[in-house]
Amino acid sequence: MSTKAVAAQTKLELAMTLRRGESLLVTLAIPVGILVFFGKVNRLSSVSGDPVDFLVPGVLSLAVMASAMVSLGIATGFERRYGVLKRLGSTPLSRGGLLAAKTLNVVVIETLQVIVIVATGSALGWHLDGAIVPAIGLLLLGTIAFAGIGMFLAGTLRAEANLALANALFLVLMFLGGMAYPLAKLPDAIESIARLLPAAALAECVRAVLNHHAFPVGSFVVLLVWAISAPLAAARWFKWEEA
Amino acid sequence: MTAAAIEITGLVKRYGDRTAVAGIDVTIGSGEVFGLLGPNGAGKTTTVEILEGYRNADAGTVRVLGLDPIRDAAALRPRIGVMLQEGGLYPGVKPRELLDLFAAFYDEPDDPARLLRLVGLDDAATTMVRRLSGGQAQRLSLALALVGRPEMVFLDEPTAGMDPRARADTWELIRTLRSTGTTVLLTTHYMDEAEQLCDRLAILDHGVIVAAGTPTEVIDTVTEPTLRFTTASPIDPTPLAATINRTIDTIGPEYVVGGVPSPAVIASIAAWLADHGTQLTELRTGQASLEEVFLRLTEEPDATEARSEAGRGRRSAR
Repeated sequence: MSTKAVAAQTKLELAMTLRRGESLLVTLAIPVGILVFFGKVNRLSSVSGDPVDFLVPGVLSLAVMASAMVSLGIATGFERRYGVLKRLGSTPLSRGGLLAAKTLNVVVIETLQVIVIVATGSALGWHLDGAIVPAIGLLLLGTIAFAGIGMFLAGTLRAEANLALANALFLVLMFLGGMAYPLAKLPDAIESIARLLPAAALAECVRAVLNHHAFPVGSFVVLLVWAISAPLAAARWFKWEEA
Repeated sequence: MTAAAIEITGLVKRYGDRTAVAGIDVTIGSGEVFGLLGPNGAGKTTTVEILEGYRNADAGTVRVLGLDPIRDAAALRPRIGVMLQEGGLYPGVKPRELLDLFAAFYDEPDDPARLLRLVGLDDAATTMVRRLSGGQAQRLSLALALVGRPEMVFLDEPTAGMDPRARADTWELIRTLRSTGTTVLLTTHYMDEAEQLCDRLAILDHGVIVAAGTPTEVIDTVTEPTLRFTTASPIDPTPLAATINRTIDTIGPEYVVGGVPSPAVIASIAAWLADHGTQLTELRTGQASLEEVFLRLTEEPDATEARSEAGRGRRSAR
């Protein structure tokens, strides 16, 4: 694996991501839309305090889920369908090189997302402080968990099934993730299940760090378990060719 | 022929209870253009994909440029070029972008612009891959296989879906590869392609090699020279066959005479036709084509019966 090869692969991955309208919709338009809509237009009334303070950490987490799970996973599923992953396998770019390029692609897009969301939040009255640094660390941990889930689905399902499931999972995890709607307002049984899912774990961690400068051990452990098990499952079951 | 570019010894590959490759031995010399022929499901692609490092063998060994395709993959990949039977292209990029990407994978790549011209895609350089025709996509795959200046190229049905012009250009390209000393392993369904391009070939059927050698050798081992003729009006070949004491097969408009086409037999046929007032429109001696050899070698027994029952094409008289 050469740096030149990984750089070229990253460049093309980025170009393809930016060309996919549906990818920009899910990674940028939906998170920013939710922030603006529930923060300003139709203010969320189910939270105490300014809804923007509640929404920024949730929307940052949502953005990570969109990039690492939905956008990465769906694109990879179709690359597998089209035999691109197979073809790359016989070039000197190695699988490690391809994964490095895909990781860099996700991180660059996430950087863009964080900048846009923080700027939009600030315009709506949210105050950026030093807590953003540990929050970014948590978002990276969330990236590992969601990329693991996205790659697991992409490498085991047919491209169309992967497309449908990744989008469905995005919607379900968004509502059960305390991202745009407080977890505490869910029925108790659903809330306790939701707290075991990676979306709520990430959003709760980021919110605690940003809003209360606190560290919720429970949510962090849940997130860590996902960040370890999902990539392991992907590595174990990922098939480079669709049968 | 110098050192072997490819050595296959006792290769076996099974998928469940189906044996795709049942113990084959092939040696391909450096700089050779070698053809792997066979009907669908004969084991061609499986063999090629084992050489490319995509699959492991159940038994036997393979060496490509002296290396094990899986164990030595990192050393081998920079030296080979691969054209898959289908797919392998990002739909949402332009041919030039894809060639530039692949060029970046190799230390001393060929010039992408030159390659696009060479495969006749310079006009389509800025068209999205998803909008290319099947033949154009094949040519892009071919260019991608060559961009790393490989010593060994694998082409799995390189001209499938190409129009006659693109096919001829691709043949020319493969001849150019041979002239520069590149070893080529290609699979094909087109017998004229194999006859035109291959220094040597092997015909694979049900996972075993049923014939191998130069195209001429393969034709010779399977068939004798034949004598064929056509007449202005149809004849009943049975009395003629009895007169010359040879078999006569009716294949389409042609009468095919069994056995060595000796001048004596030709004279007898001419005399018999003269006696019966029949005009000879064509008479030639020579080899069967590779296509006939291929069909004969890979024929399914029940398919033969079905064909003769239907009375399609071939009737035999003695």
